[in-house]
Amino acid sequence: MSEQDKNGKKEPTPEKRSSRRQFLKNSGLTVGGLVVGGALGSLFGKDTATQTTTVKEEQQAAAPATDNANRALMFFTPDQFDIANAAVERIFPADELGPGAQELLVAYFIDHQLASGWGIGAKEYTSGPYYPGEKTQGYQGRLNRQEIFAIGLEAIESHSIATFDKSFIELTEEQQDQVLTDFDDGNVEMKGVSSDFFFSLLRSTTIEGVYADPLYGGNANMEGWKMRNFPGHQMSYFNLIDQDEYEEIEPKSLSSQHNH
Amino acid sequence: MVTTLPKTDVVLIGVGWTGGILAAELSKKGYKVVGLERGKGRKLDDYLMVHDELRYSKRHEMMQDLSRETITFRNNEKMRALPMRQHGSFVIGEGVGGSGSHWSGQNFRYLPYDFQIKTLTEEKYGKNKIDPIYTIQDWGITYDELEPYYDAFEKMAGISGEENPLGGARSNPYPTGPMKVSPVLKLFKEATTNLGLHPFSVPSANLSETYTNPDGISRAACQYCGFCSRFGCEYGAKADPVVTVVPVAEKTGNFDLRTHSNVVEILHQGNKATGVRFIDTQTGEEFIQPAEVVGVTSFVLNNTRLLLLSNMGTPYDSKTGKGVIGKNYAYQNNCGETIGLFDDKQFNLYAGAGSLGMCIDDFNGDNFDHTNLNFIHGGNIALLQTGKAPIGFNPTKEETKNWGKQFKQESIKYSSRQIALDAQGAIMPHRYHYLDLDPTYKDAYGNPLLRMTFDYEEHDREMAKFIGDQTEKIVKEMGATETYTTRDQPTYDIVPYQSTHNTGGVIMGADRETSAVNNYMQMWDFENVFVPGASAFPHNSGYNPTGTLGALSYRAAEGIDKYLKNGGLLV
Repeated sequence: MSEQDKNGKKEPTPEKRSSRRQFLKNSGLTVGGLVVGGALGSLFGKDTATQTTTVKEEQQAAAPATDNANRALMFFTPDQFDIANAAVERIFPADELGPGAQELLVAYFIDHQLASGWGIGAKEYTSGPYYPGEKTQGYQGRLNRQEIFAIGLEAIESHSIATFDKSFIELTEEQQDQVLTDFDDGNVEMKGVSSDFFFSLLRSTTIEGVYADPLYGGNANMEGWKMRNFPGHQMSYFNLIDQDEYEEIEPKSLSSQHNH
Repeated sequence: MVTTLPKTDVVLIGVGWTGGILAAELSKKGYKVVGLERGKGRKLDDYLMVHDELRYSKRHEMMQDLSRETITFRNNEKMRALPMRQHGSFVIGEGVGGSGSHWSGQNFRYLPYDFQIKTLTEEKYGKNKIDPIYTIQDWGITYDELEPYYDAFEKMAGISGEENPLGGARSNPYPTGPMKVSPVLKLFKEATTNLGLHPFSVPSANLSETYTNPDGISRAACQYCGFCSRFGCEYGAKADPVVTVVPVAEKTGNFDLRTHSNVVEILHQGNKATGVRFIDTQTGEEFIQPAEVVGVTSFVLNNTRLLLLSNMGTPYDSKTGKGVIGKNYAYQNNCGETIGLFDDKQFNLYAGAGSLGMCIDDFNGDNFDHTNLNFIHGGNIALLQTGKAPIGFNPTKEETKNWGKQFKQESIKYSSRQIALDAQGAIMPHRYHYLDLDPTYKDAYGNPLLRMTFDYEEHDREMAKFIGDQTEKIVKEMGATETYTTRDQPTYDIVPYQSTHNTGGVIMGADRETSAVNNYMQMWDFENVFVPGASAFPHNSGYNPTGTLGALSYRAAEGIDKYLKNGGLLV
């Protein structure tokens, strides 16, 4: 985990992708799974999308892609990643207090988590028979979290297109919020799971990616912790616990324990 | 093929607190004890990477593998019970130490009132105080009779505390002094004192100072690191079977601990068990372990399930109210919560310990007059500073949406400025709250899952209204700039975490018609089977259960010793 220490002073950077994929997108040679109809030309040619791409490419030139080997995908397709990366930023946006979920690499965190045993419910009871049940009986669906995310991200895209005739990543922040609110309110028809269940999973996983130890790939450079003065892994508060003053402590990640 | 192993004096099903205590006490006396634990082994060094909220708190590192076994749940008999597919309302431990490894360490004694609840309630308020649908009964033991066993548990664990001004009489002070008092706890202490109440430090199994127990086990003091409940303690400061009773048992040379050994049946003939059948979960091999005495020492729910699966004792029948196995399942009525926001103060809430807290018993048990109230009992009201980790603690104003810019800003601001105060309300048993075998769903071996039928009732809602008034007064007196109080107790929902204080199912008592075990935890119907644990509680009091189940385990150890010497029913 020396990556973290090395990058400690560096500005967290937005996500970057392989130049081959960037080239393909910019040149309009691919539609991914998301683009419906003839929207291809507008998808990468306008406003924020272009700016982001420019920033990305500059940073890519400055820092080699091997800088943080965690920034690659284990589960998402690149298109799923783009939608997730846009959605998490609306759930936990950048503001004057500090970075948002994108800069904290939360979508990578979610990707990695979905690739784990948790993504397929390895330690959960998955035998049938299946009945919808009452809300008080908890989740009773057949889908695991990988499947819920795949269906949910696709639904975000199709709901965006149905409502605004645009891909989710092209929408303004207000429009993205409106799409996500429809999911949060349970108002979007989804296969196998309700949209509010999916949204609540997306939301809780986003918060996890903001604040989990950086060993999981999110909370880049502990910036999530720094915003709220969470000290992370500390050996002792024995002398602090009964003192009156509020104390700000430089955070430490678990790598400081494992590699000491 | 089933391999029959050499006979042992005592076989234990599960090695958490109850199993660990029996193992230590009986192996010290020279008995040969085999401990069968279905999870993995643990040692102190395993806890070195424990400051990880995601792994331990959110991904349930120390909890039961539900893919192999879970329970089914319904609120009432009209509903179809469905499996608890993910962890939620309660989290059951797995592996050596069990729930005793991931607990918070709050270690109370129940009140004298608890053990004679039916007699004392009727004496003071008359026979009609509580609807007979609430099946309260005396425990078959008094507080004074159980006191020496509380004392034994507290000395083993090194409980840190100060006298509860409204609690039962103590033969000895706590082995170690109370935990430190943080600024927010100081505010609570001042506020409750101003209101004429009786604050005291939460009795804590997170050691306030270095301590050596009567078995010679030395442990370090708590560092208030903030990773406690759902975590193991890397200092060994939190009393945990892994660092207390299990090494004591192992040192005797009389304790054979077998991990990855899942007991699926208790074997019996006439009024005696002959041993247990278990499966090695790593090889699939089946074994029979014959024994003079069987200790049923798993969690509450599995204790009940194993007896039902093994056809032992009469299953409870809600239609007739007869039968005992599965009867009086109860839980914790966490209620009357007041949230307080402090715009003008900041607290170091990231620091704390699982049982760092200040509490009052003024509204617990029968410490207050219930003449004009529509409920009995009450709950301990505690302000805890357990250490707030950031994934799980994102407080905002009540009306704020839980995502977006406003959520981010408020949750960051209030992460050092919010407290929550509620009561751990007692739950009275109810004729239609019980445990039995599910007709549909099976575990990894094809055996029926346990079915839980439970809901919060009118009694719990009446308590919630009353408690809400008390917590609101206290939090306002503490100087909160804004408060929100919950006076409702809606339908029980198995999804949000509430409490792992599940109780009942194999209850104790003085009468074999209405209880499963006597006051030595000995089954009335099988004299060499002992079932200590919170499964023996006829109702759940307004406190954490571990102190009491620990005391009952010391009582059971004494009972097993007597039985092995003399045989027969001990009561």
